[in-house]
Amino acid sequence: MANGAAGAASPGALGVTARRDAWWVQPLAVFLGLTAFVIYATWAAFQGNHYRYTGGGADYLSPFYSPELFGDPKTAWFGGKPAWWPGWLVFSPALLILPFPAFFRVTCYYYRGAYYKAFWADPPSCTVKEPRSHYRGEASFPLILQNVHRYFLYVALLFILILAHDAWNGIWFTDPATGQAHLGLGVGSLVLILNVVLLSGYTFGCHSLRHLCGGRINKLSQCPMRSRIYGCVSMFNARHMAWAWPSLVFVAFTDIYVRLCSMGILTDWRFF
Amino acid sequence: MSSTATFRIWRGDANGGQFRDYQARIDEGMVVLDAVHQIQAEQAPDMAVRWNCKAGKCGSCSSEINGMPKLMCMTRLSDLPLDQPITVEPMHTFPLIKDLVTDVSWNFRAKKKLKPFNPRRPDAPDGSWRMAQRDIERIQEFRKCIECFLCQDVCHVLREHHLEDQFIGPRLFVFTAALEMHPLDTENRLPNLRKLDGIGYCNITKCCTKVCPEEIHITDNAIIPLKERVVDQFFDPITRIINAVTGGDKR
Ligand code: SF4
Ligand code: SF4
Ligand code: FES
Ligand code: FES
Repeated sequence: MANGAAGAASPGALGVTARRDAWWVQPLAVFLGLTAFVIYATWAAFQGNHYRYTGGGADYLSPFYSPELFGDPKTAWFGGKPAWWPGWLVFSPALLILPFPAFFRVTCYYYRGAYYKAFWADPPSCTVKEPRSHYRGEASFPLILQNVHRYFLYVALLFILILAHDAWNGIWFTDPATGQAHLGLGVGSLVLILNVVLLSGYTFGCHSLRHLCGGRINKLSQCPMRSRIYGCVSMFNARHMAWAWPSLVFVAFTDIYVRLCSMGILTDWRFF
Repeated sequence: MSSTATFRIWRGDANGGQFRDYQARIDEGMVVLDAVHQIQAEQAPDMAVRWNCKAGKCGSCSSEINGMPKLMCMTRLSDLPLDQPITVEPMHTFPLIKDLVTDVSWNFRAKKKLKPFNPRRPDAPDGSWRMAQRDIERIQEFRKCIECFLCQDVCHVLREHHLEDQFIGPRLFVFTAALEMHPLDTENRLPNLRKLDGIGYCNITKCCTKVCPEEIHITDNAIIPLKERVVDQFFDPITRIINAVTGGDKR
């Protein structure tokens, strides 16, 4: 039912629109932001070193490497590099766990909408012409696979607990002389805490979590507890985008911070 | 103090047309519909424009102003750059009747095909029901819809790809959500949402939400929750097993 209106934006190719505003700024920002993150995260994941800082008795673990399932035999959950690790692939503890948060973000409803625009131009922006005539959306393969999002949510919730535990470890400092751990606070401790706060704000606003808590129930009044949780998740959900970006940037910053401290380039400043 | 501005208005019908420039006097507090009426009264008496309430409540005056779907009666001239011509076009997605008026009847035909409200048996002998405010709260947002169809106009699945026979569009997802989440309703619309209504075509790019004059959170509160319900029923084996064992959440 094509329109008879051959208006300014009716015929034409990619990017044609009658809009006057700088519609391309937002998709461009998303494109640059996500590209920069993916490049850094990939680089950092393949390093396989400088992911833990233990100077001054601290124990800061980079979130890209947590949980450290296999890695440093002294600290990893299951010991050193596993025997089954393929010889052609450089070993890094991050490669075992990073796919989970990565796919959690890839299948997130907010990011989906954002990268379909920024990377696929599908559409480039509202009322802006698309490059393709054929469209399948998320109705068939491959994008129908986005429906697995909730499974990645379950893992992400587990990771929040683990990162909270890392942040807890980040406020205990071991005295090299006595071997005793005591409470302390370094800039790194704050970085780890803020990281888990931002990631929680993002994860607790997940649409799948909102559905799980109460979205699927029509008579919320009969489940007062779930009704309350649904209300909380809905509050985070309304600001999902606003949590998505700071948490993404900050998780990379946390890795950079731990890395630079571990390399001796930065000194971790201690409050007490 | 009054000044003038140029309005570049689409004039034509299904066989074609062109933009024409008109000058209009600008006074404080004017909206685009005021300018269009002034032009119609003084310069172009044959110009077709649909309107009714001039209060953003009837949903008749939908158009595209400077390329964005908007209600003419709710778009203030003080929010537009008046140093350049203001383009006013009919909605692109629907067949043009004349000038600024399009034929939006497809929306009503598509709506008729959806499963209607199907309430449980009345709770009281007098034929009435009891509902908790908490249960109805969520869908009250959807009842604000004025059927302006700006969301249908902007949605690229309809606008660019014209999948009208496979996709009902954001307005009708809002309508379906209001029924599907209704505490009294007993119908299951999920198979239709997936197969006939094409909810999978929505790629959650949120243009519908952006243009809705009633500020309904179409994508976040209607479409994504419906997508999640469809996942429950068709794409999540674990939930299906749990529901089979426990009887599922009371709906
Ligand atoms: S979010 Fe979905 S329904 Fe809304 S405009 Fe985008 S594709 Fe269309
Ligand atoms: S949902 Fe909003 S944009 Fe869509 S028809 Fe209703 S009021 Fe208009
Ligand atoms: S929807 Fe964004 S994390 Fe689930
Ligand atoms: S005239 Fe009624 S909404 Fe504009």
